[in-house]
This record gives sequence, structure tokens and C-alpha cells, in this order.
Amino acid sequence: MQRRTWISAFGLGALLLASPVLRAQAMAADAFVRQVSSEVIDAVKADKSIQSGDVARIRQLVDAKVMPHVNFQRMTASSVGPQWRSATPDQQKRMLVEFQTLMVNTYSGALTQVKDQAVVVKPMRGSADRDELVVRSEVRGSGDPIQLDYRLEKSGDGWKIYDVNVGGFWLVDAYKGQFAKDLSSGGLDALITRLADKNKSLASAKN
Amino acid sequence: MSAGKISALQASRRARSALMALLALLALGLSGCASMPEGALARGDPWERMNRQVFSFNEAVDEAAIKPAALVYQSLVPGVVRTGVSNVFGNVGDAWTSANLLLQAKPKQSLDMGFRTLVNSVLGLGGLFDVADEMGMERFASEDFGQTLGYWGLKSGPYLVLPLLGPSTLRDTTAMLLDVQDSGASVLWKEPRDRNGASVLQLLNTRVRLLNAGRVLDQIALDKYVLLRDAFLARRRSLIYDGEPPDEESAPAPYKSRGR
Repeated sequence: MQRRTWISAFGLGALLLASPVLRAQAMAADAFVRQVSSEVIDAVKADKSIQSGDVARIRQLVDAKVMPHVNFQRMTASSVGPQWRSATPDQQKRMLVEFQTLMVNTYSGALTQVKDQAVVVKPMRGSADRDELVVRSEVRGSGDPIQLDYRLEKSGDGWKIYDVNVGGFWLVDAYKGQFAKDLSSGGLDALITRLADKNKSLASAKN
Repeated sequence: MSAGKISALQASRRARSALMALLALLALGLSGCASMPEGALARGDPWERMNRQVFSFNEAVDEAAIKPAALVYQSLVPGVVRTGVSNVFGNVGDAWTSANLLLQAKPKQSLDMGFRTLVNSVLGLGGLFDVADEMGMERFASEDFGQTLGYWGLKSGPYLVLPLLGPSTLRDTTAMLLDVQDSGASVLWKEPRDRNGASVLQLLNTRVRLLNAGRVLDQIALDKYVLLRDAFLARRRSLIYDGEPPDEESAPAPYKSRGR
């Protein structure tokens, strides 16, 4: 198993989100992912500072270009589960901030792994005019191909991503598993504290 | 790498078959009295307590011996050579994938992978070069015997962390007894002495590829044991359904939903 490619797939997924093409008008979801894919690969190959792992620059890129195209509120809500609805607006706000910081860190680490891969978008099945659908793709590099799927929801004229699947593992499921223990023992506040600590230790490790 | 590490590995290899059988038995025996931890995702992990202990052991061994050795291997051996080593082991894995595709009644894919192995073995000098890739031949996701059993409907059973070998399930551990793939070394080298050397090489080769993945994992994990477990179980399930697992847990076995 090529974990390296696995991580690269993750990075590619992040970059895929980053492309400005995501603002394109009412496009078929698979055509849209296909078009973006090729542009993403070009962007990574052209950017030396991303390849060499310039963390500050990567983080800047992710902050500015990736996050606006994700329905982050929805991702957070489904990762937290039932406790999200009973949370106060203040709790929700703090949770969004800490979770977003963690996600940016995740992507920053993964982005540096993109090297010589290509993304192949698989043809869609079923009707394409639904409001929510899954676009499947595959990252091919050396070694095993890596599965990279997206859950998209219609948002105005375009699409927004609300879950990503890397190698068979949905991101929301991953975070659900990570959050479960803190949520059941100390509730949302305990989880927020935990995330804040984690983010702080990451920030101090890098600088 | 310390001498102690090598001999430990050799010992583990010799004792592997016995160990696997023992673990499988132990696992069966334990299932009666195990208590279930809470949480939906923990359903497949009734032996969490034992698993966590083995997991800690593996982490300690990795930190003390395997990871440092991999770093040395990475710095001493040129990238070209490391790619060659990776390709040789990959080629043996491809052959085993081909066999398992046949066992899953997917003759066309099996033939393609078989041809791929042939090309790399002959034109790629025993798998040293991935010529098939240059020729644009598709590589399917690797298949092992555990996946074949899963394909025909055998449930994975509880999650199981194996000493030194890492995440597995009861089904996959049992299937590993038949799995040639996890030791490409044992196919290529018949003499135990050579085979042990090759096993160490394979271990280092795998570990080097995991160096970056490990860094990312450490960054995002709140509970690394849970993250690895959930990722492993989700990935195995996805592989068995060829990348499109149904949402429902109680969905029919993969072979029943063929030709959808």
C-alpha cells in the first residue's frame, strides 16, 4: 500500500477545492471536477514553494482558496452530531474556529505530498440533476491508485463540498470517531478545549 | 538497526504461523467474555483494551528501532535503488492480486494484472523497473485473501492489532496464513537466511514510505489508536466493495451486487 500516494491524494483533494473554477456557472458535477483536476495538477507542478513545503505559504493558500468552497458549517455539524443542535451560538462559533484551524493544518501537511499524480474522474451514474451527489475519482501515481470521492451539494449556480473520501474513509466519519470520547465525557466544551490545545501545540511545534 | 531488533524480527517470522493460529484461537475464546465499549464506531472493536496494549507496544518498538532504521535507510540508499526495491515487492504483490481477482471470479481484471506482472518480470528485469506503468497499463487496487473472503460474504470479525504487523481483523489475520503477499520475500528467497534479510528490507521499504504519512497522522489525531482503527476498517470495507461500499452496515455481500 502506498501511504505516500494516499497522503498526496489528500493534498490533491485540498487543492481541488482551491481552484477558482469552483465558481463556474451551473456545470455538471463530474465535468466540473474533471476540469478542475487538470488545473490543480498544473498549479502544484508550477508552484515550487508548495513542493518544498513552505508551511506559511501553503496555509495562506488553504485559508484563502480552499475554505470558501467548503460548506464548513455542515461538516462541523455532522462531525459533532446531535450535540451541535443543543449548543449555544457562542459554543458553535468557538467550535467552528478551532475545527477550521485543525483542518487547515491537516491540509497543509498533506499538500506538500503532491508530486507526479494525475486525477481520473469516473463517469457519473444515475441522474445528475439532484441537489446532492457523489463524484468519484481516482488519483494515479506510482503504486496503487487512491480513491478520492466528494459529496457535493448544490449551492446557487455552483457546488459546495461537504465531505471528502480518501482511500475509502470519509472525513466526517474520521472526525466523528475522534470527537466521540470527549463529547460523551465532557460535552462540546471539553472537545473545544481539546482542539484548542492541539492547535496550540501544533503552532508552537512549527514556529 | 540493532542486532536485537533483527533477531526479534527473525523470531517473529519463524513463529508467525503458530502465532497467527494462536491469536485466532485466543480471539475466538475471548469473544464470549469481552465487554463492548460505547460508540457506534466501536462496534467492531470488542477487544479494544488488548488492542490498545499491543498498539502501544508497536508504537514503542517503532519509535525505538524501526523508525530510526528507516531514516538511516532513507539517507544511505539512493532514491533510484529504493524505487527498484519498492518495485520488486510491488511486482510480487501484483501477482498475488491477480490470483485473488481470479478467486473473486473477475477473470478479465485478473488476466490484466497477470499480464502486468509478466511484463514487469521479463522486460522489467524481475520487477526492478515498472515497465508496465510506462506502457500505460492500468494497475488495479491490490487484493489479498482477506478481501477475497470478504467478497464472498465472510464478515470481518472484530478488529485486531497484531504485534509488529499492526491493524488487522480476525478474518484478515486468519487469511494471512495463506497470504503470500505480505511476505514477497518468502516467494523470492527460499533460504531462511536470505529471506530474513529480505524481510528486513521490505520492512524498511514500507516504513520509509510511511514517514510522511506518520507526520500528518500525528498532526491531526486526537486519539491515534481510534483514527488508525477507523481508517483501517473503512478502507478494508471499501476495498472489498471495490471502492463503492453501500451506506448500510447490513448491505448484501459484494458478490451479490455485481453488475449493478
